[in-house]
Amino acid sequence: MKKGILLPLAVLLAVCFLWDRAVLLSRSDIFPTPYQVLLGIVELIQHGLLLKYVVASLFRVSVGFVLAVLIGVPVGLLLGWFKPAFLALNPLIQLLRPISPIAWIPIAILWFKVDDRAPIFLIFLSSLFPITVATIAAVQNIQPVYVRAAQNFGVTRVDLFRRVIFPACLPQIITSLRISLGIAWLVVVAAEMIAVNSGLGYLIIDARNAGKRYDLVVAGMLMIGLIGLILDLLVRSLERFEQVRWGYSQRG
Amino acid sequence: MVSAPVISVRDLGLTFPGKKGAEPIDVLRSINLEITTGEFVCIVGPSGCGKTTFLNIVTGFLRQSTGEVLVQGAPVKGPDPRRIFVFQENGVFPWLTVEQNIAFGIARCPSKEQREIVRRYVRMVGLTGFEKAYPRELSGGMRQRVEIARALAPDPEIIYMDEPFGALDFITRLKMRADLTRIWEKEKKTILFVTHDIEESVQLADRVVVLSPRPGSVRKQVKIDLPRPRDLDSPEYLELRDEIFHTIGMSLRVGAGEEMSAIFP
Ligand SMILES: Nc1ncnc2c1ncn2[C@@H]1O[C@H](COP(=O)(O)OP(=O)(O)OP(=O)(O)O)[C@@H](O)[C@H]1O
Ligand SMILES: [Mg+2]
Repeated sequence: MKKGILLPLAVLLAVCFLWDRAVLLSRSDIFPTPYQVLLGIVELIQHGLLLKYVVASLFRVSVGFVLAVLIGVPVGLLLGWFKPAFLALNPLIQLLRPISPIAWIPIAILWFKVDDRAPIFLIFLSSLFPITVATIAAVQNIQPVYVRAAQNFGVTRVDLFRRVIFPACLPQIITSLRISLGIAWLVVVAAEMIAVNSGLGYLIIDARNAGKRYDLVVAGMLMIGLIGLILDLLVRSLERFEQVRWGYSQRG
Repeated sequence: MVSAPVISVRDLGLTFPGKKGAEPIDVLRSINLEITTGEFVCIVGPSGCGKTTFLNIVTGFLRQSTGEVLVQGAPVKGPDPRRIFVFQENGVFPWLTVEQNIAFGIARCPSKEQREIVRRYVRMVGLTGFEKAYPRELSGGMRQRVEIARALAPDPEIIYMDEPFGALDFITRLKMRADLTRIWEKEKKTILFVTHDIEESVQLADRVVVLSPRPGSVRKQVKIDLPRPRDLDSPEYLELRDEIFHTIGMSLRVGAGEEMSAIFP
């Protein structure tokens, strides 16, 4: 247990040390040392900006992501089950899916101006496709024996979805949530650099534009990394529930 | 026995349309069979002779090409909760606990009655203490017993079983056979049990139906009139067993002289 923490910690310290040396050796007066970044973080906290921007970013990601889950999972379940609907809609989905959410930024600004709805829309789009596509695939690959057993017991169609198809697909759905939340977190930063004037993405671009404050740029980057890590751990903890553990191969 | 047949199969045949260009596959050909209420019937036959296909038709998961199947007086239209299928590949739901699995088919009962039924069948299949366990925490034999309990819980009149013990080791299989016999004597269900294990069929059944290699048809029916629990060393048992082996052996010799073990694992 102790070894599991000590080694990464040592690597982290070593990286900070090398970073510090490199900045000193290059005599750069723009690129910050780790200590200056730390001071930057403290400054952001003192001005109340850090909390404000973190909340702004998290708010956008949560709303966009939750909307994508609420629509993507049911749509995926239905498209996975009803073949004609799948055949009708799948080409459209496959056409829209490869379009990077970033490419939607101009349209998002056109529709929503510079306010919260633009990044929320982009997050929604970026999560919707991975979730829908993964749910469709999960339904299509469900073990037929589960469906047959349920039908044998005379369940209604609604119950078939609620009691069998959904729980049978849940492990794969959760995996897709993990992937799409990761993407959403990448996208929100990019969207905030362009489409709004708050949030961690805005912090980074603003710190650079308004006075080359690279200590704040790197501070913002570290925050993005840290929160992304926490989000991933949160979704990953869903995989531990007994109702879905069967769906993941024996690891850990 | 004087009771009317609960299952009657007349001139049943099934042909799968072949994949593009390929010949259609004749899987079953003119099967005739009658099963009376409460009877324990085993169907044996070599792998690939159409046993699973036959059960799927009788259950209503699959439509026959020719002939008819009457179950409880009516042609089969589809799966029905009065007749439960125990699958060859284990069909226990991995996202439910043992007791939730067993309760799956009785969701409409009042919860007090449900608990009562679940407790009864948990005890009957010997899983007391594992009510809250998930299938991945159970052994293969225990999982199979969950499926049997789940099938029994809604009190069906007929149980179809497709090689339910096929994936188990020898000792567990012996134990499961004894358990199933005990449960059957107590519950008085009609059981149609498919296996490719001749010993198993003679240990379990009132009657063994031997199918020929594909296209499957009834090659012979052997009545097993031995008292239970069965003495596996008695000359009567051995004689019946050998008779069935012989029937299969003859059918193999008619084939292209393949290795017996290759066709009949
Ligand atoms: N959906 C299908 N389409 C085409 N052919 C099929 C299909 N299902 C089964 N068959 C063929 O029908 C034959 C009988 O299959 P079935 O599963 O009924 O055999 P079985 O007697 O249960 O064998 P086993 O003992 O190995 O379980 C096989 O030769 C198989 O190739
Ligand atoms: Mg089979």
